[in-house]
Amino acid sequence: MIPAVGVLGLLGLLAALGLAVASLRFRVEVDPRVEQIEGVLPGVNCGACGYAGCSALAQALVEGEAAPTACIPGGGDVAQAVAGILGVDAGETVQRVAVVHCKGSPDVAPDRGRYAGIPDCRAATLVGGGPKRCAYGCMGLGSCERACPFDAIHVGPDRLAHVDREKCTGCGACVEACPKRIIDLVPADRLVYIRCTNPHRGKAVKAVCSVGCIGCRRCEKTCPFGAISLDRDLARIDPEKCTSCGLCATVCPTSTIDDLVEVRHRARIDEDACIGCTKCAKVCPVDAIAGERKQPHRVDPEKCIACSQCTEACPVNAIHEGEPLVRGQGEAA
Amino acid sequence: MAARTFPLGGVHPPDQKHLSAAKPVEPAPLPDLLVVPLSQHIGAPARPVVKKGDRVLAGQAIGEAVGFVSVPVHAPTSGKVLRVEPAPHPLGPPQPAVVIEPDGEDRWADDLEPPTDPHGADPDEIRQRIQAAGIVGMGGATFPTHVKLSPPPEVKIDTVILNGVECEPYLTADHRLMLEEPDRILAGLRVILSVFGLDKGYIGIEENKPDAIELLGRKAREQGFAEVVPLAVKYPQGAEKQLIKAITGREVPSGQLPMAVGAVVQNVGTAAAIWDAVSAGRPLVERITTVTGEGVAEPRNLRVRIGTPVRHLIELAGGLRGEPGKLILGGPMMGIAHHDPDVPAVKGTSGVLLLPRDRVRTAPEGPCIRCGRCVDACPMGLAPTILRTLIAHEMVAEADEWNALDCIECGSCSFVCPAAIPLVQAIRYAKGRVMARRRKGG
Repeated sequence: MIPAVGVLGLLGLLAALGLAVASLRFRVEVDPRVEQIEGVLPGVNCGACGYAGCSALAQALVEGEAAPTACIPGGGDVAQAVAGILGVDAGETVQRVAVVHCKGSPDVAPDRGRYAGIPDCRAATLVGGGPKRCAYGCMGLGSCERACPFDAIHVGPDRLAHVDREKCTGCGACVEACPKRIIDLVPADRLVYIRCTNPHRGKAVKAVCSVGCIGCRRCEKTCPFGAISLDRDLARIDPEKCTSCGLCATVCPTSTIDDLVEVRHRARIDEDACIGCTKCAKVCPVDAIAGERKQPHRVDPEKCIACSQCTEACPVNAIHEGEPLVRGQGEAA
Repeated sequence: MAARTFPLGGVHPPDQKHLSAAKPVEPAPLPDLLVVPLSQHIGAPARPVVKKGDRVLAGQAIGEAVGFVSVPVHAPTSGKVLRVEPAPHPLGPPQPAVVIEPDGEDRWADDLEPPTDPHGADPDEIRQRIQAAGIVGMGGATFPTHVKLSPPPEVKIDTVILNGVECEPYLTADHRLMLEEPDRILAGLRVILSVFGLDKGYIGIEENKPDAIELLGRKAREQGFAEVVPLAVKYPQGAEKQLIKAITGREVPSGQLPMAVGAVVQNVGTAAAIWDAVSAGRPLVERITTVTGEGVAEPRNLRVRIGTPVRHLIELAGGLRGEPGKLILGGPMMGIAHHDPDVPAVKGTSGVLLLPRDRVRTAPEGPCIRCGRCVDACPMGLAPTILRTLIAHEMVAEADEWNALDCIECGSCSFVCPAAIPLVQAIRYAKGRVMARRRKGG
């Protein structure tokens, strides 16, 4: 009994000594910042940064390979935190959200045949391009839904993918998963979208979908900011120029353009605060602002399209929200 | 001695060839409109060289080849070009096509390449004439034929096989061609042999076509440069690798082409087209198509101008019988289901198959019960159920290790699956993912 305890005790002591020596001799130096950064990253391993996961990104950040803004789902807050740990400047981040550029539900864009294969968009595309008559449209089989690490995109009862803008982080996993390439990432503060990717002529589009872009150019002509141009016969919005004024949505004859702004307010100039610098009048695309230099300016509410360009241009914050602007679909400004 | 065949897997679907096997080939009258797609082959689509309003003559090139793996497209008859724009395409979404209104005169271009001495021509000249004639594999795969006849210099081809197996159920186009025009086929074989400097080739025919075996066998013996090999009836006997294995005993290694074992396989219809191109400079503007199935009134074998809408062919076969369930271009095992009867017949359209509603299986997909029938049926020795499970979990690297890319998409696994699992579709999807991953260097 006693010798057994002694032998085992000795063996245990030797093994412990060995481990102690090994842990000192073969210690792997880990930059403590790696763990700190891992702590602030979202930890969902979505891969949107291009690295194998959050740990790999943390390593790359410490090694200076990745920019502090590399974590797309984390957005500005994470970028600031990472930059703080690394002691660098975070730079600008633009929050983006996924937008599905198709609104052709089965009632307006019917199927051409019955598809009985694997319920996945990428698999369905292998069968003659998929069941939908429009070769560009959302098939609603949910490849994007399964790819989303944030539960932010779902196929609705209308068999179209819908983005939950609250949950979407702009990681782009759905963009990659969609075989029709109808999802893209748009700055989150842009709220007017052309929801079609069919580049064909109007007649061909009409034959497959009643809400597709027919390339009529009315939106292009209406846009006061030159933000819409036609690529083949498909209108596209340049998010750099778009101000989400929503005029295009009011003239679109096929209701292809969606306007997510619920209420717009006409501009109202606080005459006491206005210094008469004329900057607002210069940026107004519809000449709705008038006034002499150094005198308070006024907004013509009949002309104002509530694009908020003047509000942003005013150096003294003298322009505020006025009367709500109510526009119906098809009511051309 | 039992007839030769391939050793692994294979299935015996009901062949239904009696519907059309005894019907001689008849020329299909020209339709009101021909829709000639610019992409009827694997490789770069042809570039259109005609425009709206142009008058074209039969055999005149209307699209030119873009690069080596590409072939030109020719006007199937004389007439007026109505438009050049996307039109229904047998592979799915609309693709650019030249729409021709036939003038009914069927005048041929007289600047076709003059006849040459087909058996004395230089191999390069033969390949050039084959490409200029727009010839592609007419068994259905539509790979440009001149590319198949241009192995790299270090590869020695010692075996040429003509594929007269026609193992797809329902189809009888190759069967009728072998019975009615054996001399064109044999002459084409002789041209192919001359490209490789060989003096003997093989013709593989399934034993369910004894009349073709007898006729071609006799002619081959008379002419001395061909041997007809009768093959056991088993699907997919006509698949390239299975055919090579059955005739030569050689196995094409995983991931490689038949040329790796010194073999070149051409469809019998392709051989006939090669003869027309080399001997007379005649481009590929028509083919034999079987219009068949229990869903048409009178199944027929038709000589069809490329671009003829399928609707026209169905009318020529007496129209619909019963409620249509499924329209398939090609055979039931590997053909492509289509929704639109305005889709045109193209160079690879060996059959137009209409199944009535009660012959279309629409059982919902059930769970895999691990019965292993798909594994037994696979002629490539793959494990379809495992590949399907792997790719359902996006395990692309593992699907690659399980040799997804070796799948020839013959459909045997889907045919035998008692749970109606779309196995081929899953593996096709897996192949796409594996290739994308390899391109990324993953």
